[in-house]
Amino acid sequence: MIWESWGAFWAMGGRGFFVWGSYGALLVAVIAELFVLRGARKRAIDSVQSDSVQ
Amino acid sequence: MARTEQQSNDRFQGRWFWRYASPAAFYPVAGRIEKLAWLIAILLAIVGLYIGFFRAPTDAQQGEVYRVIYIHVPAAWMAMVIYLAMAFWSATGLVLGTRLSFMMSHALAPTGAIMAVIALWTGALWGRPTWGTYWVWDARLTSTLILFFLYVGYMALAASFDDKRKGDRASALIALVGAVNVPIIYFSVNWWNTLHQGSSVRPGSSSMATIMLTAMMIMTFAFWAYCVAAAMHRLRTQIIERESRAQWVKELVK
Repeated sequence: MIWESWGAFWAMGGRGFFVWGSYGALLVAVIAELFVLRGARKRAIDSVQSDSVQ
Repeated sequence: MARTEQQSNDRFQGRWFWRYASPAAFYPVAGRIEKLAWLIAILLAIVGLYIGFFRAPTDAQQGEVYRVIYIHVPAAWMAMVIYLAMAFWSATGLVLGTRLSFMMSHALAPTGAIMAVIALWTGALWGRPTWGTYWVWDARLTSTLILFFLYVGYMALAASFDDKRKGDRASALIALVGAVNVPIIYFSVNWWNTLHQGSSVRPGSSSMATIMLTAMMIMTFAFWAYCVAAAMHRLRTQIIERESRAQWVKELVK
């Protein structure tokens, strides 16, 4: 391992805020997109099903 | 009968294209592409991050903060690539009148916008410790911000028409006109004096260490696969919405 410890890994040479702030934003964006994708699919299916009943 | 059918098929070199231009025919194909793309995205992200964080060394000039590159550059590239793909499918829809082409274009836009936001956000966080500022109105950053606004404008316009076909055509024009911005972003670091560094990766020559470049390229393919998967998922949702009166869709969701 190139890091002396996990502490050194998370510290990122004192730049942890910038590195993890970037990766954290990506993680949040991906999770948010997955939720939106699932929600949109569910709404589309629900609306077709309610149309079929009428 | 069979003969004339054969002849009419042969007239189109790419007759598979016409077969799969039908939303009903492409729906299951999109599902298979989506599954494969999720798998590729996850596997490549694991490998890319492992190399990027546990094999690639500290940068001699920038220290550890350079590791933002493994998501910053892929996101910026995908923001541009997706816009070009959107313009391509918009043009295809306008020329051939294929409904699925417009749906493809709509399916790409939100993911493209997210990529532009990620590129800008990670760029700001990288800029602060290396340039001393989160933001500067220079050519590379400003043109990328414009790219984000083009995505937003495209989506807003497509959604603003009650008649979906009018929305398809109007938004396709934004996609086409806005495509001019993509080469401007790409060449901005050469054309103008900018704080943003020049390209580290050029066809045939790169100034990056091999292991860093390897991690970045693997992450780029991971991002690419993710974007394909998200777009295919959104495309299938759109097919369900727009073909909701078709019998096969009713059978599908029953």
